[in-house]
Amino acid sequence: MTLVLFFYFAAVIVATAILVVALHKPIYSALSLLVMFFHVAGLFVLLDAEFIAAVQIIVYAGAILVLYLFVLMLLNVRADEGYHQQFRIGLIVGLAVLVEAIFVLGQSGFADRDPAAVPPAAPVPGNTEGIGRALYTTYLFPFEVASLILLVAMIGAIILAKKGIFGKEERGR
Amino acid sequence: MVSQTAAYLSQYFSIFLFIVLAIGFGVVTLLISNVVQPRLDTEEKLSPYECGSEPISDARNPFPVRYYIIAMLFVIFDVEMIFIYPWAIVFDKIGFWGLFEMIVFIGLFIFGYLYAWKKGALQWE
Repeated sequence: MTLVLFFYFAAVIVATAILVVALHKPIYSALSLLVMFFHVAGLFVLLDAEFIAAVQIIVYAGAILVLYLFVLMLLNVRADEGYHQQFRIGLIVGLAVLVEAIFVLGQSGFADRDPAAVPPAAPVPGNTEGIGRALYTTYLFPFEVASLILLVAMIGAIILAKKGIFGKEERGR
Repeated sequence: MVSQTAAYLSQYFSIFLFIVLAIGFGVVTLLISNVVQPRLDTEEKLSPYECGSEPISDARNPFPVRYYIIAMLFVIFDVEMIFIYPWAIVFDKIGFWGLFEMIVFIGLFIFGYLYAWKKGALQWE
């Protein structure tokens, strides 16, 4: 059962990930990315990580995809403006990643740790609680650093976008 | 072990049902309206229109950059909310330091929020 679900999620993830780069209309790419995010959440559920699955849906499918869509509408990309003409570079990078993946998988005895063969840890009630405990006691400092990084992201986004607004207003005058 | 996994996954059956119902509602609604609608495809009706009048420009206008700021702020506050959620579950078990940490965390965000406010990123003139 778990294996069947895993292969379903993995197959849909691969298919929609290819669609993201292969579709000609950017909005369709964004929507297939949405389907991919949902199926990644499904994989997390299979790994007993329900909190991460919820985060995947709330943050990625909810917030980040909205951001992507806004950026698409901001940039005003047309369907017929061929924006995937980097096929050759993509091929080279893809081959490099493939070689690396084969190397890594062959090296570390990764095949022995087949996730479907390993019995999943007994489902503890509330792995959110576990995350909370770990995050706010052991990993206290990384947590505060994360909040600083988010602050930097906020200020950076405002400064960059504000420049655009002011520039536009000056040009408009 | 298999039965345990099955029991774990069966907790998600209602979510699965919810997703199926949500997709099914959309598909079935469109199918029914496609079946029962009268088809009067006159040339006038098939021509593009907006609010009853002829479209005056291309529909694909670029959005103002303000939408980007709002979306970016939404992402950041969304992530903040995600961090508060596990804290809220364990905050009675991690003692005073947990509270202090969260005060620092939210304080940083309030600083960012005030910055966004002062810079007029939330303004829509």
